[in-house]
Amino acid sequence: MGDVRVPADDDSHLRFRDDEPHEEPAVTLDAFLGQSNATAVRLEAGDDARALIPYLDRLRLIEVAFPRFRDGRGYSAAQILREAGYTGELRAEGDVLVDQILFMRRCGFDSFAPLAPIDPAVLDATLARYEFVYQTAADARVPVWKLRHG
Amino acid sequence: MYKYDNYDQAIVDARVDEFRDQVNRRLSGAMTEDQFKPLRLKNGLYLQLHAYMLRVAIPYGTFDSRQMRMLAHIARKYDRGYGHFTTRQNIQYNWIKLEDAPDILAELATVEMHAIQTSGESIRNLSSDQFAGAAADEIADPRPWAELIRQATTFHPEFSYLPRKFKIAVTAADEDRAAIRLHDIGLKLVRNDAGEIGFRVYIGGGMGRTPFVAPLIREFLPAGNLISYIEATLRVWNRWARRDNIHKQRIKILVHDLGREEFTRQVEAEWAAMLPNGSDVPQAEFDRIAGYFAPPAFETGLSDDIDLSDPAFARWVDQNVAAHKAPGHAIVTISLKPEGGIPGDASAEQLDLIADLAERHGYDELRATHAQNVVLPHVRKADLYTVWQALTAAGLASANLDLISDIIACPGLDYCSLANARSIPVAQKIATRFADADRQRDLGELKLKISGCINACGHHHAGHIGILGVDRKGTENYQLLLGGSGAEDASLGKITGPGFDENGIVDAVEKVTDVYLRERSDGERFLDTYRRLGMEPFKEAIYG
Repeated sequence: MGDVRVPADDDSHLRFRDDEPHEEPAVTLDAFLGQSNATAVRLEAGDDARALIPYLDRLRLIEVAFPRFRDGRGYSAAQILREAGYTGELRAEGDVLVDQILFMRRCGFDSFAPLAPIDPAVLDATLARYEFVYQTAADARVPVWKLRHG
Repeated sequence: MYKYDNYDQAIVDARVDEFRDQVNRRLSGAMTEDQFKPLRLKNGLYLQLHAYMLRVAIPYGTFDSRQMRMLAHIARKYDRGYGHFTTRQNIQYNWIKLEDAPDILAELATVEMHAIQTSGESIRNLSSDQFAGAAADEIADPRPWAELIRQATTFHPEFSYLPRKFKIAVTAADEDRAAIRLHDIGLKLVRNDAGEIGFRVYIGGGMGRTPFVAPLIREFLPAGNLISYIEATLRVWNRWARRDNIHKQRIKILVHDLGREEFTRQVEAEWAAMLPNGSDVPQAEFDRIAGYFAPPAFETGLSDDIDLSDPAFARWVDQNVAAHKAPGHAIVTISLKPEGGIPGDASAEQLDLIADLAERHGYDELRATHAQNVVLPHVRKADLYTVWQALTAAGLASANLDLISDIIACPGLDYCSLANARSIPVAQKIATRFADADRQRDLGELKLKISGCINACGHHHAGHIGILGVDRKGTENYQLLLGGSGAEDASLGKITGPGFDENGIVDAVEKVTDVYLRERSDGERFLDTYRRLGMEPFKEAIYG
């Protein structure tokens, strides 16, 4: 997972990966489970991310919907997928605002498709602001309780 | 008490910087009010009826004189010269300007304080026993665990956009002074048969419009797994809580809907899946934190005798002073419930005076209580008279702890935009009606709690006598509840019947206390008599 934001062709899509964007359209969870050899799937906020765990090896893009920025179910979905070993693109789509991206990054999202454009200067400041964190998460950051004890 | 290291300080400083940036973006119009609202709420900033209200965290109610002086300074500089202690052991200011809020946070950060997660859909400041570290009846000081939870739940990346607010309480004594079973998670520190430390875990309690006493979810959780178990609980709730109706999104509704067994099964399964994440903090970190809570070097060889020849002082000692674990010491509760006052309010001068007393006579420690009072947890008995005289001069010596005038009340319609009715004037009228000190003492322990709407911030469900203000066709109406308790014998009060107007509710309270005085057996509290007799004789007296 790259730490540097990679400018995409399109301002409305933020990516923190250095591989090629995966362009296959994402199918719904039901469609995915019902067929399929699809390699991209979309989870709605209420879908059970654990249903994807048997298929993580072949998935290249998982898109998680944020119908409202205050709906935090997608953070748990992302965390579960990363804990299960998923390494493909994990995209937050919908009502994604600059003030939520830090925690989304920590939960394992590495791609963002916000409805409204995000000011890159504010985003960079937001992501750089907290030098230390209290928790382990899906990213590589070391929590302070570990730093304190070498 | 806990002291920040460079890491804690850097995190709180970063939050000040972040919030300043968020306020600037709001003021410039880069952010809409809808987008800003959850961000400011997560920082304790509410928009009330007249102004912004800022709620400052006092983690598990523990603070010191330097912090208390800062709270007084903020009251003077940014508010109208007073602060209001809340039922989550926090303090709030009612007359704040949005553009001042970042500066206030910056000042608070200089004394290791903040307003993080004191409101909004977040994991709130956790509460604990105000006598922790001083109580004669605790098995260990619960505060190191509380601090561990504070850090683990501050800016949690997965659990910062929760379905609703989430409240945790932790105690270590058999007498429950923190109402743990009325919390989303209530933790009681216990020892198992092998002598190991762990927690009895209650989940799904709460007040509000749908009150529940939390069921027991786990008899014994090894202390070393505390954080992972809390995370598993939060994840089950975050994923499966309803999101369609704001009134049904608290964890208590999920526990109720799934049933205790199924909910427990889901948490245990999630916990098993999450254990490999390694989020449990190692013993060395716990020991580091616990080191800060080592008891002060209590003076030894002190006398336990107190000269009680001054009757007013004797009354205060009898009512507001509790047993301490160290010989020659006592726990002092400073009542913020003077007759005719606003429950929980203190002026900047009073805050400064309490800070002085803590420094001079109390090993520099202070506690805020969920009943909206302040505690000096460690006072030499030989100093009690001096402390009492200073409190008397400042109007802080009301000898009414746990009596009928020690009322918990929410801010109500005088301040709050959610309220349906005023709470403060009702509290004042009841305190005035029962102003006679002997009468109050004769009534004994009687916890009276008033909320100005069904959100129950005044804990009316948990009052021996509870009062709920509602709006009835445009006029304030007050319902009476009897039989609630937030203590170890937790129970929910029941509504007596039709409500009353402001004067009628005061009369009704008097009538139920008359029934108690008539019917009580030796040693019975109001609550005991109610539980023995049931509602009928009280109803008869009110409506008959």
